[in-house]
Amino acid sequence: MNKLWRLLGRRLLQFLPILVFATFVVFGLLQLVPGDPALSLAGDYASTQRIAEIRHEYGFDQPLVVQYGIWLWHAMHGNLGLSLFSSEPVTQLIEDRLPNTIMVAVYALVVASAIGIPLGVLAATRSGSKIDSFVTSTASMGVALPSFWLAMILALQFSLYRHWFPTTGAADFFTDPAGAISHATLPAIALAVGVVATLARQVRSDLLEVLNQQYMRTLRAKGLSNGAILWKHGLRNVSATLLTLTGLQVNRLFSGAVVIEAVFAIPGVGSLVSYSAINKDFPVVQGVVLVLVLIVISVNLFVDIITALLDPRVTAST
Amino acid sequence: MLSRAGTGKTTPMSVAAGKVSDSEKQVSTSALLDVRDLSVSFRDDAGWVQMLNNVAFTVKRGETLGIVGESGCGKSLTALSVMGLLPKRGCRRTGAIVFDGRDLAALGESGMRQIRGRQIGMVFQEPMSALDPVFTVGDQIAETVRTHFPVSQREAKERAVEALASVRIAGPANCATQYPMSLSGGMRQRVMIAMALVCEPKLLIADEPTTALDVTIQAQIMELLLELGQRTGTALLFITHNLGLIAESCERMIAMYAGEVVEDGPVESILQRPLHPYTAGLLESLPGRRAPKSRLSSIPGRVPSAREMPVGCRFGPRCNYAAAACQEPQRLRAVDDRHVRCVRASDLALAGAGV
Ligand SMILES: Nc1ncnc2c1ncn2[C@@H]1O[C@H](COP(=O)(O)OP(=O)(O)OP(=O)(O)O)[C@@H](O)[C@H]1O
Ligand code: SF4
Ligand SMILES: [Mg+2]
Repeated sequence: MNKLWRLLGRRLLQFLPILVFATFVVFGLLQLVPGDPALSLAGDYASTQRIAEIRHEYGFDQPLVVQYGIWLWHAMHGNLGLSLFSSEPVTQLIEDRLPNTIMVAVYALVVASAIGIPLGVLAATRSGSKIDSFVTSTASMGVALPSFWLAMILALQFSLYRHWFPTTGAADFFTDPAGAISHATLPAIALAVGVVATLARQVRSDLLEVLNQQYMRTLRAKGLSNGAILWKHGLRNVSATLLTLTGLQVNRLFSGAVVIEAVFAIPGVGSLVSYSAINKDFPVVQGVVLVLVLIVISVNLFVDIITALLDPRVTAST
Repeated sequence: MLSRAGTGKTTPMSVAAGKVSDSEKQVSTSALLDVRDLSVSFRDDAGWVQMLNNVAFTVKRGETLGIVGESGCGKSLTALSVMGLLPKRGCRRTGAIVFDGRDLAALGESGMRQIRGRQIGMVFQEPMSALDPVFTVGDQIAETVRTHFPVSQREAKERAVEALASVRIAGPANCATQYPMSLSGGMRQRVMIAMALVCEPKLLIADEPTTALDVTIQAQIMELLLELGQRTGTALLFITHNLGLIAESCERMIAMYAGEVVEDGPVESILQRPLHPYTAGLLESLPGRRAPKSRLSSIPGRVPSAREMPVGCRFGPRCNYAAAACQEPQRLRAVDDRHVRCVRASDLALAGAGV
């Protein structure tokens, strides 16, 4: 338990710089986007003086580091500023749209785990069989499939032609669960395919390695059934790497969401961030990035704790 | 509790012509384990290769039998055959393995599961990798108990702690909560022994249990195995390539060479007067002998590969006493108090361990 706390403390210390670094990099990158937000804010016929005023008002005339410092200071107090264009609070924008993104990401993760993990187990226990080569080869293809391409095919086939699912938009999960699920199904599938392939491949190779360990023979010599050996000892031994991998998939799902939300016109943070970046709506982009990094970090932290509890080697090696 | 001894029936042995001598051996009714004509082959790209050839031996109740032989001669295969732990695919096993009146070779996988860990325990060579790294040793021992007895988790844990105490681990209750990685090799081997003995099996197979350990720890583990065997009446099948260990610990022994039993008899009389030139070669390498060399370096040449086995005596190419008659396949024949696979056994006068 002591070790666990130490691990947690160390992780938090590692995450803080990551958080600052990631948001600062995005802050810097936004400067490279062509166009001047002050110009668009000022309107078409604004005088040079007016533009300068606006620059000053919004702090655009300050050095980059100072601008960033001010933003960070406010962010630490829960104030992410206002959108430059709609003047809505950024926190409000994110609050409205984040549930739609989470819906798709969680849906995709659940579907992907429910399919990918059993497939990997199946392939590992029947290694060398036809099932194994089928899983392995399909997974290699699945890993390479671009999700936006898949998204377009799915949208075309199942919503435009067949009308099985709505083409665009989203619904609130708590007021209209059926609607939310039906809206999120195609985007979730598009995102899940790559994750299924990654999970299946990794589970297969990890489990195969574990099943060939010497201690598997000991377990058989104890009189354990194959089921107990596979599901209790086999899976417990791969659980740490498996969870870590699943944590990484969360990062991947959120970054994938940016593209997928564009294809399905889902009002999530993905589409919000791409739209705002084009318009140089700095506060919105910064806010979304901060929230996404926070989500990813929390997921990783959670994964770290669970793996440390499941596998004594994790706390020993870190 | 789960023992169904006596209810199973012994499969009649198939005695093929030319193997008569292997079955000449009187099957004592008190034999706990009676291995007859055990052959094991593996399939590779070029076809089937035989790795064990008509291996036969018995272990009596409560007895300690040693198996000695060079690396690759089939000692571990013999042990795994008895446990039914050979690979399922690409492996063929024939012969009878009569344990406590039942032929294990004819028993299915679920029947074998009730034997493994309960009636026959096994300790492996590699203590570092033989325990599951993500469960505490207490859980792993308790799991063995729960596999074979309908006891509560708590009771199983208590039995595990007792088992750890019986292998003389100081602070057994604390040890039970440890993960294998925090234990030394010697400690892990003690844990393995505790786990193998926790259900009080009738037979314990120890496959080179001390080879991977420090010399000082080796002696302690050997002592422990023998003492526990004696106290619980568990028979011990002790596998090693170190004849010295057998000399110290076993009543009877068999020497294996290239997948065959070449000599089988009481340790004392074999040490005094080996009948097979290979056994005599093994004796040469015992410490305190004229040429105190390590291992079996005193026998020149090397073991023929399974694909290029000589038709005649398998030891022939390395034997100083080879004669014309040795070109014939050698049978295991009864000579005095032994069984020997050598046509010249009766007329050779081989040196024993120096007295
Ligand atoms: N699964 C397998 N597939 C193919 N060949 C095998 C297999 N297991 C063992 N063998 C072969 O069978 C022969 C006997 O092996 P075994 O492990 O019984 O030797 P050993 O006497 O225990 O040797 P050591 O002292 O090195 O442990 C070896 O030549 C080995 O290569
Ligand atoms: S049969 Fe011949 S070759 Fe084989 S061990 Fe005996 S004497 Fe040597
Ligand atoms: Mg071996």
